Amino acid sequence: MWRLDARYLSLMPTTTLSPRTNTARSTTIALKLLMAVTGLVFVGYLILHAYGNLKALAGEEAFNTYAHHLRTFGEPMLPYGGLLWAVRIILILSLIGHVYAAFRLWSRAGSARRTKYAAVKTAATSQWMRWGGVFILVFVVWHLLHFTIVKISPNADKQGAEITANPYQLVVASFEVWWMVIIYVLAMVALFMHLKHGFYSAQQTLGLTGSPKANARAKTLGLGVAALIVVAFLIPPLSIAFGLIN
Amino acid sequence: MSNMNLTLKIWRQAGPQDKGQLVTYRVTDISPDMSFLEMLDVLNEELNAKGEEPIAFDSDCREGICGMCGLMISGHAHGPEKTTTCQLHMRSFKDGETITVEPWRAEAFPIVRDLVVDRGAFDRIIQSGGFISANTGAAPDAHAAPVPKDKADRAFMAAECIGCGACVAACPNASGMLFMGAKITHLGELPQGQPERDARVVSMVNQHDHEGFGGCTNIGECSTACPKGIPQDVISQLNKDLRTAMKNGR
Ligand code: HEM
Ligand code: SF4
Ligand code: FES
Repeated sequence: MWRLDARYLSLMPTTTLSPRTNTARSTTIALKLLMAVTGLVFVGYLILHAYGNLKALAGEEAFNTYAHHLRTFGEPMLPYGGLLWAVRIILILSLIGHVYAAFRLWSRAGSARRTKYAAVKTAATSQWMRWGGVFILVFVVWHLLHFTIVKISPNADKQGAEITANPYQLVVASFEVWWMVIIYVLAMVALFMHLKHGFYSAQQTLGLTGSPKANARAKTLGLGVAALIVVAFLIPPLSIAFGLIN
Repeated sequence: MSNMNLTLKIWRQAGPQDKGQLVTYRVTDISPDMSFLEMLDVLNEELNAKGEEPIAFDSDCREGICGMCGLMISGHAHGPEKTTTCQLHMRSFKDGETITVEPWRAEAFPIVRDLVVDRGAFDRIIQSGGFISANTGAAPDAHAAPVPKDKADRAFMAAECIGCGACVAACPNASGMLFMGAKITHLGELPQGQPERDARVVSMVNQHDHEGFGGCTNIGECSTACPKGIPQDVISQLNKDLRTAMKNGR
């Protein structure tokens, strides 16, 4: 028997065509693309940031000059701090997009399996990405308060403007405090886990890993990039903590 | 290897709306050469003899090619070996072992009864785009559209997917991307798949999301669970096809 079926509606002269909701942009893969692109923005930024930090090894003047140059870069074409602000805006927009997509996918995963297995443990990678990601976000807030927005010296012996207004001195004063070193090391562990999977994942999401070989290569690359960034970040704080810089 | 005694904790659920639970059973004198499903057949005969409801589970070919069977066995989709549940043998277990048996868990695969789930969502994904349109009439000359060997091989590899749903069951996001990636790669590598390529990926992924599967985060549990060893790169292919469709204005 003939039934009225949605398929036939478009054949009926009385109906207008319904708007197409079937678009590539409305998919979960589009959300992942947003996550991949914004994630790669972070990777690019992290590489530059880690490189800048390594200037601490070259001493106070080199480090503070670099920090100053970041603000005067492009002058007089750009206003003082112009480049820095452009980068900050890109990072903030990326963070919003990245975290939005992460939480959308996270909540979707929750509603896609409401009854948990009795005998299956959730893959560790997945847990690291999500809880590790939240930890990194909390850390980033603390990190900005610490070095950028408020400039907090946690060192009882080194207080006052001559410390907090001097980027190099503030870094040294901070990492002479053991619990600061621990916070930063923990954050770097979480960052390593996040980037190891994230950098691989981004390549996979962008469709760059279309063979088993390319896939394996992308995994190795993820491991390498994560290790490179995290080791570069860890060198200055650990050098200070172990008294190689003072 | 001598015969074995086992403790089974099996998910029992009378119907879609009922609250299920794990029920403990003991089976004795199980031959290591039995398949996992034959072991369940033995248990069901005992339950029948006692006048209890037998355990409902799916199977058809029992030779690893139809994709009908599928159980979560002690936390592994299709059990500890890389094969289907029907091709899993009891020699993969130890005498005295306790085995937990659960259905595939995904909202997109609602439980029908006990260990049986409704995988109609996969059929609807295929209906939405997993096909090619061909004219009827005389078959075209087989040489009319040459296919390079590497593409033919990759298409065959992807076509091995039997639609069992283990990838969804094993995925922490309950995502169906490996299944879809296999179809997209299978058809996308062949000339016959080209005319509908962009429309196919957009329709299939929208249908997938609409069915309530989770989004992929490239964890890789799916390929580990897949009895046919469908690799992660088919998901990359799927993502690439979607990105291309987006670029082409879909
Ligand atoms: C609330 C905070 C965050 C959460 C919940 C989060 C979560 C995630 C998740 C779930 C992914 C996807 C990985 C996958 O596909 O499995 C991801 C990727 C990524 N994340 Fe984050 N993240 C957060 C913050 C950050 C921050 C602060 C950075 C930078 C330092 C970052 C860098 C990256 C990178 C580079 C990727 C790779 C992109 C990709 O997966 O395609 N994330 N993140
Ligand atoms: S991709 Fe593998 S696990 Fe998923 S449905 Fe196909 S055969 Fe089963
Ligand atoms: S019953 Fe056909 S694959 Fe297992």
